[in-house]
Amino acid sequence: MIREFGSEDILFLLLATRWTILLTLASALIGGTIALVVAVLRIVPLRPANWLAIGYINLVQGTPVLGQLFIFFFGFSVFGWSVGAWTAAVTAFSIYASAYLAEIWRGGLQSVPKTQWESSAALGLTYLQRLRYIIVPQAVRINIPPTVGFIVQLIKNTSLASVIGFVELSRAGQMLNNATFAPMSIYLTVAAIYFVICYSLSNVSQRLERRIHVAR
Amino acid sequence: MSLVNLEAVHKRFGEFEVLSNINLSVSEGEIVAIIGRSGSGKSTLLRCINGLEPVQQGRITVDGTEVTAANADLNNLRQRVGMVFQSYNLFPHLSVERNVTLALKVVRKTPYAEARDIAHEVITKVGLADKFGAYPDELSGGQQQRVAIARSLAMGPKVMLFDEITSALDPELVGEVLRVLEALAADGMTMLLVTHEMKFAKTVGNRTVFMHEGRIHEEGDSRETLEHPRTPELTGFLDAVLH
Ligand SMILES: Nc1ncnc2c1ncn2[C@@H]1O[C@H](COP(=O)(O)OP(=O)(O)OP(=O)(O)O)[C@@H](O)[C@H]1O
Ligand SMILES: [Mg+2]
Repeated sequence: MIREFGSEDILFLLLATRWTILLTLASALIGGTIALVVAVLRIVPLRPANWLAIGYINLVQGTPVLGQLFIFFFGFSVFGWSVGAWTAAVTAFSIYASAYLAEIWRGGLQSVPKTQWESSAALGLTYLQRLRYIIVPQAVRINIPPTVGFIVQLIKNTSLASVIGFVELSRAGQMLNNATFAPMSIYLTVAAIYFVICYSLSNVSQRLERRIHVAR
Repeated sequence: MSLVNLEAVHKRFGEFEVLSNINLSVSEGEIVAIIGRSGSGKSTLLRCINGLEPVQQGRITVDGTEVTAANADLNNLRQRVGMVFQSYNLFPHLSVERNVTLALKVVRKTPYAEARDIAHEVITKVGLADKFGAYPDELSGGQQQRVAIARSLAMGPKVMLFDEITSALDPELVGEVLRVLEALAADGMTMLLVTHEMKFAKTVGNRTVFMHEGRIHEEGDSRETLEHPRTPELTGFLDAVLH
């Protein structure tokens, strides 16, 4: 039963890495879309919208992702829906990402000087036109580093999905460990894979930041 | 017929009345200089005219549109009212050309080629034809302010509001901006300008309005008002700025 840690195991880990990346990508995309709406609701000059956004952000940030994972995995079955581990994980991480990204982007939007709102208003741009053509483009540049920083956290946090049986990189490591009992080699390999992904991402972000700066 | 008309306008920030009973009527082609101490309400007056600040009482009409009406279409009005600020406020992420064409394209839906032609015309008018592709941070303060003027001019405004547009500039850059204003005056542009340049107010302004504690304290023909102030407040103010 017990065997050596070999090259086919590395392949197994790399294949599981796909799911870590897919889960991160899906959550960042869906969460990012929700975050854009929440961030805008957070800053529009309309109190009820602000409250709604603040309530949402506090609710999500005030509960652990682990709990959210369980809620989406088991909670829906109460209503008779059976939800797979993938759907539950994407839902939980999208919601988690949406609240954090909304807060990050709100900060970016608010750091654009008020005079930019005013001078674009004075030219006859509507509120949404000011946001789209003047405020958001300037906020994007400010937002790249913290956004990438959050996504690096997200990549590592997706390992929590292993608790509902979703086989991503960490879960694959556990499974191998049960078969080989070579924890050092396995977990060092797992850590190295996380590192390569996260490090490359930070690197791309730095390059992007420089490019955007040169081209404004 | 007056192009800009303010009747019994009162503006408050909380309890504090910043503008009290302002009555002012500006005809087409008229150039009105607004002077007064810091905090006397000059900027607020201009900002009420294009609806950047709401007023609590009174009526403001500009080019037939009632700015103070509850359902006023301010975005439409602002296309006809240019405004230039002390700190230029160019869009830092856009080139000079795109600073000038943005509102044309986004607000007016002007086709690209036409917007570009208009931009060329107004940027040439302010003497910056060679800076078409430059970004704001590559320009001097005086050049940025001239681009800001061009950006407003591109919309073909009926009236222009200038809020101390030379105050942030190094002294040697003030002249180039004032010359652009003189050229606009010669073209017959209607202007309201808050300024500390008394000589400019006197030579280019038709009328001077002296603001004091939120009121129009004194107003009249520019030369007359500035050479023969009638109130001790204006006398004191002129003494302070001229010496
Ligand atoms: N948003 C605001 N909230 C509260 N008070 C304000 C606001 N804007 C201006 N004020 C106050 O209103 C008064 C008039 O301000 P305003 O900016 O119109 O003066 P000003 O004549 O343009 O002065 P300056 O020459 O310094 O530009 C000042 O006392 C100012 O503190
Ligand atoms: Mg002012």
